[in-house]
Amino acid sequence: MNVDLSQFHAVFFEESFEGLDIMEQGLLNLDLDAGDEEAINTIFRAAHSIKGGAGTFGFAAISEFTHDMETLLDEMRSGRRAVTRASVDLLLEATDVLREMLIAAQGGDTHDQDKVTSTKTRIKTLLSTNGATIQISSEGVPSPGQNSAGQGWHIRFHPEPHLLKTGNDPVRLFRELASLGELEIRADASQLPSLETLDPEQCYLKWELELKGEVTEPEIREVFAWVEDDCLLEIAPIAGGDEPSPVIPSPIEPGPVEETTAPATQAPEGEGERRTGSERRKAANPAEGSSIRVNIDKIDALINVVGELVITQSMLNQFGENSDIDKFDELREGLAQLARNTREIQEAVLGIRMLPISFSFNRFPRLVRDLSAKMGKKVELRLSGEQTELDKTVLEKIGDPLVHLVRNSLDHGIETPEKRLAAGKPETGMLHLNAYHEGGNIVIEIRDDGAGLNKVKILDRAKERGLVREGEELSDEQIHDLIFQPGFSTAEVVSDVSGRGVGMDVVRRNIHDLGGMVEIRSKEGEGSTFTIRLPLTLAILDGQLVRVGEQIYVIPLVNIIESIQVNTQNLCPVAGKSELYRLRDDYLPILRLRRIFNINGEDIPLEQGLLVIVEGDGQKIGLFVDELLGQQQVVIKSLETNYKRIAGLSGATILGSGAVSLILDVSGLVALTRYPPGETRQAWLENLQRQAA
Amino acid sequence: MSNQALQGSVNTPQSVKRGHEQYLTFLLGEEEYGVDILRVQEIRGWDTVTSIPNTPDYILGVMNLRGAIVPIVDLRRRFQMAEAPYTKTTVVIVLKVMGQSEAKTMGFVVDAVSEVYNIAGEALKPPPDFGALVGTEFIQGLATVEEKTVILLDIDRLADVDMPGRGATTH
Repeated sequence: MNVDLSQFHAVFFEESFEGLDIMEQGLLNLDLDAGDEEAINTIFRAAHSIKGGAGTFGFAAISEFTHDMETLLDEMRSGRRAVTRASVDLLLEATDVLREMLIAAQGGDTHDQDKVTSTKTRIKTLLSTNGATIQISSEGVPSPGQNSAGQGWHIRFHPEPHLLKTGNDPVRLFRELASLGELEIRADASQLPSLETLDPEQCYLKWELELKGEVTEPEIREVFAWVEDDCLLEIAPIAGGDEPSPVIPSPIEPGPVEETTAPATQAPEGEGERRTGSERRKAANPAEGSSIRVNIDKIDALINVVGELVITQSMLNQFGENSDIDKFDELREGLAQLARNTREIQEAVLGIRMLPISFSFNRFPRLVRDLSAKMGKKVELRLSGEQTELDKTVLEKIGDPLVHLVRNSLDHGIETPEKRLAAGKPETGMLHLNAYHEGGNIVIEIRDDGAGLNKVKILDRAKERGLVREGEELSDEQIHDLIFQPGFSTAEVVSDVSGRGVGMDVVRRNIHDLGGMVEIRSKEGEGSTFTIRLPLTLAILDGQLVRVGEQIYVIPLVNIIESIQVNTQNLCPVAGKSELYRLRDDYLPILRLRRIFNINGEDIPLEQGLLVIVEGDGQKIGLFVDELLGQQQVVIKSLETNYKRIAGLSGATILGSGAVSLILDVSGLVALTRYPPGETRQAWLENLQRQAA
Repeated sequence: MSNQALQGSVNTPQSVKRGHEQYLTFLLGEEEYGVDILRVQEIRGWDTVTSIPNTPDYILGVMNLRGAIVPIVDLRRRFQMAEAPYTKTTVVIVLKVMGQSEAKTMGFVVDAVSEVYNIAGEALKPPPDFGALVGTEFIQGLATVEEKTVILLDIDRLADVDMPGRGATTH
């Protein structure tokens, strides 16, 4: 036991969380009537690995908890227990508790003991009811002396004949036990065959052990963690539940302790013993980087491309050594090949960071199941395009906005079964999550066939809040867009699901922060579709290069609506400072990059430059630049790595010439032109126009 | 043999710490300044930079250093010294500095590179709080080498871009 196991902790946690996901998905997909053996097997195996791992790494509470789940699953698997809704629900709850325990263990914290205890008790209660014909012996005897038998333990260890083949050696187990206390071993050799018939790979012996000393049962179980399923194991206090002998005073009152509190008292003790371990984990934690699992095919593809690059390099090298004007074509060819290799490597390397969106979608079956049950709605969730890949960072950050939109659809979109039937729709509502690639973007759709957005209600609420004037005509899109305003909610009842009006604005902001956008299409009575468009990666963006003075800036293409030449008739100078530009029916503030960025050189007259109309945070502004240059993909570099964040800039990039160019943060620039707080945009614009007149 | 090598490797860092720390010195006008040579990443000629809006005037901008975006500080402006035209000897010393949480790379424009000196720890004198062109907050100590005074700089404080220059504190 001298190996420092903590180095494997990260892997253990990663695998355990994966196992939990498998269990959760398996449980959700479990067909109650069919009793699909293979599905239960999968769940069982996942639970089993978590238990084994937890035992090895000394997370006794986790392995014990998983053990009970495993027992329940085992009974289902062997058909001794029917797969009921109640038991599946309980198992799902238990996976949640297990997840919390794992997270707590990962952070070196203590978990919520009450929750664990109560869930455990419920599993035990279920186990002790019908169908529990076989009991794992120790589970059946929740004796008060379980925590610590002052005197010692009697252990009956009857391994299956194939124990040795699983790589387990009883001698090693005994040696470990001996380190816990005074050990007495009696072997039962009655099954031993004669030497001629003996198979050296079989285990014919049985053992009765007596372990004396202050040892807790979990400690003993930990020793047997790996062989538990390949043997008959019984652990009982030596005195058989009698008063402990007065010679060795027991640290714990042997009086009758209620079953429910017993595990609770035992945990702190276990924690105490593992304190050093958890402290070490805590110390190691900050240094741990996040990791990513990559399909081996992707790596192989990358190696292939690098191989080609090496060939190209040697080809170019040859030309370098023997540069002949006649061989110019060869050089050109080589350069073309180099360009292709570069592009392929770029794609392959970015591909390593790409994960299928199923990582994010997979949580929804559970969410939809729980929420619809809570709200008394019937909902069928359909997922498609789960294999669509996107950048890991984007994937992590899109999770919360997606959850919010799905909850929203469940709460506001899909109606109760009665309402649906009354409206002539099928009783069960449909929620469809879809993902696909389109251009350089990934598109995620959340579609429901619910009530759709209620335009009248939204308008009323908007007027109430002063976002829209009386008598103002708005298009459908403009009305739908209102739900993204901060603090906007039409929910009649504030539920814990949604309706507090914090959210849709945050959803939109989060998506914007990722360089994406969100749209709504909705038809009353027929349902709504939320469409999220995101860039595939955060490392590269499509940019429009613009020139201001001698500086070249990059504007993300996704923000640009159009570029126009200034017509002086549409200019409205306001209070001598701010400038507004009338574009069709809209007044847009003009932001002169030269002024806000203090760029050297004279202002050029507005009519000689160009106005790039950009949208950020739902507002349009006109950026005044000297000239538009080309469009190109740029690699985003952080300014913060070596300097700090600067308002109005989202990063920098390196142009083909090797010069650094700064990337504009349109949302940040919009914030610079923001109307004063407390005033609505409409009132602010009117005010400006009045001043202008 | 291996034992000796081991001893040698154990002793070296200590001897460096005690006595012979090496400093790279550079010139700003008539004055000679030194920085810990282990922090120096490279020295390169002056090249144009991309200016960053709304930053202190001593931040000249950012430069592409083999794919990394590195901010460039004009040390004369940082110390509120008179400006001097950039000449052929003007160089950028790229240094590794410790920011509040992580290491950063920054470039410093100086008039010219001078020498590399071994300066013993005991030869370092604490800075007086007057007379120097530089605010004492940036000075690690003073040392006399070959009859000249070398001002050794505390690079990490120098790189703290939120820290006011000397003019702001003493004038």
